[in-house]
Amino acid sequence: MIRFDDVHKAFGANHVLRGVTLDVPRGESMVIIGGSGTGKSVALKCVLGLVTPDSGTIEVDGKPALAGDRDAFLAKFGMLFQGGALFDSLPVWQNVAFRLLRGALKRPKAEAREIAIEKLRRVGLTPDVADRFPAELSGGMQKRVGLARAIAADPEIIFFDEPTTGLDPIMAGVINDLIREIVVEMGATAMTITHDMTSVRAIADRVAMLHGGKIRWTGPVADMDASGDPYLDQFIHGRAEGPIAAVR
Amino acid sequence: MIARTLGGIGAQVLGFMAVVGRVSIYAGQVLRHLVTPPFYGREFLNALLNIGWLSLPVVGLTAVFTGGALALQIYAGGSRFDAAAVVPQIVAIGMVRELGPVLVGLMIAARVTSSIAAEIATMKVTEQIDALVTLSTHPMKYLTVPRVLAGLITVPVLVGIGDIIGIFGGYQVAVHSLGFNSATYLQNTVDFLEPLDVISSLAKGAAFGVIATIMGCYFGMNSGRGAQGVGAATKSSVEAASVLILAANFVLTGVFFSA
Repeated sequence: MIRFDDVHKAFGANHVLRGVTLDVPRGESMVIIGGSGTGKSVALKCVLGLVTPDSGTIEVDGKPALAGDRDAFLAKFGMLFQGGALFDSLPVWQNVAFRLLRGALKRPKAEAREIAIEKLRRVGLTPDVADRFPAELSGGMQKRVGLARAIAADPEIIFFDEPTTGLDPIMAGVINDLIREIVVEMGATAMTITHDMTSVRAIADRVAMLHGGKIRWTGPVADMDASGDPYLDQFIHGRAEGPIAAVR
Repeated sequence: MIARTLGGIGAQVLGFMAVVGRVSIYAGQVLRHLVTPPFYGREFLNALLNIGWLSLPVVGLTAVFTGGALALQIYAGGSRFDAAAVVPQIVAIGMVRELGPVLVGLMIAARVTSSIAAEIATMKVTEQIDALVTLSTHPMKYLTVPRVLAGLITVPVLVGIGDIIGIFGGYQVAVHSLGFNSATYLQNTVDFLEPLDVISSLAKGAAFGVIATIMGCYFGMNSGRGAQGVGAATKSSVEAASVLILAANFVLTGVFFSA
């Protein structure tokens, strides 16, 4: 469903992606792991057109990601951002129903609010949260609202950027379970980037490790522990010693 | 040494020209998006409220004190050559042609440009701009166009109100402190002002409104990372808007009143 073919991206002298090639089949939950600054977020943003690759191709459903009708293309996606990226000036329900209040998917206001409240309920938030503003919510609640927004328009593909960063272990577990449940329930294709190995084991069908600007290893999550790849072993066990330099 | 100095100056000039080019391209894109749908009515109404209505107190206070001070200065200066009677005429022409539009423009740069730049820059560093894109919403249409349109419409109105309040400030000082006759003062003010004075004032207001809002949006959208990036974007937007407003005032004064 999503195919990266030899994707390169540099920011000045910093070559972040040096030939990323990766396939994410339809309905699969792919988790990309890798150290900080290895280009995981850049890879996701290249798919969405938020960052333009220098070379290589990215295809979604066999069509180039950056060609054709942008609105129709983006309507396939939902994304949970690392910090939530909720709009401060809008109440929670309008954040969740943002896509349903304008553009091609516009619905009557009452219907959009009803859908927003349903999605909030789906991520474990009560209807009284709907009229609060993002600044009035805790970090965990903001993540859940972000998750509700990501699934509000029933997207075919959902991206999760560091979904558990900054959360306590219990809330991280809640978010991991929610992501897994929602992805299975919606039959969506999911791409998640994270450092959190608990998240990886909870969310992933397959795992890809990005290192040195390339996909170092990819395979089913069940094979991860016996991969025999020294880079992957060092990363998943969190060892300071190994081929990945601790000081970068 | 000389080569290095010249090289440094050249790099500064090239950098400046690059910014001018980018701002010009950005302004061109704004114009294109102004006339193509979709339009976000609610964002436009919010911008009208924030840029227009909520700027009234600062505009009113600035204008009333400036009008009062102007009356005192003209009276004191005019008295040196027996021309103190021209206070109503000079206050009127000074406020309407120059001080009203320029001071309102600078107040808008301080209050509105800074707030737009800080808000959009914060949205950028917290990935809210990226989120807008993923939600199929063009940031320029959603954030920039409503603000620029609101600036174009509300700042001339603010300038008109500022002109009236400024003249009122001068009137209060002249009548209550300098001994002018109320009816004569008002009659002289009305008789002396010409339609072109008012038209130039409002036209300047429209130009300054566009400059102030575009600068806020441009520097916000192009902000660097983190708190320092937001601070730098805010500072640069106010500096650029203020200088451009003064430059545009000079050009527009030449257009309306040379000859």
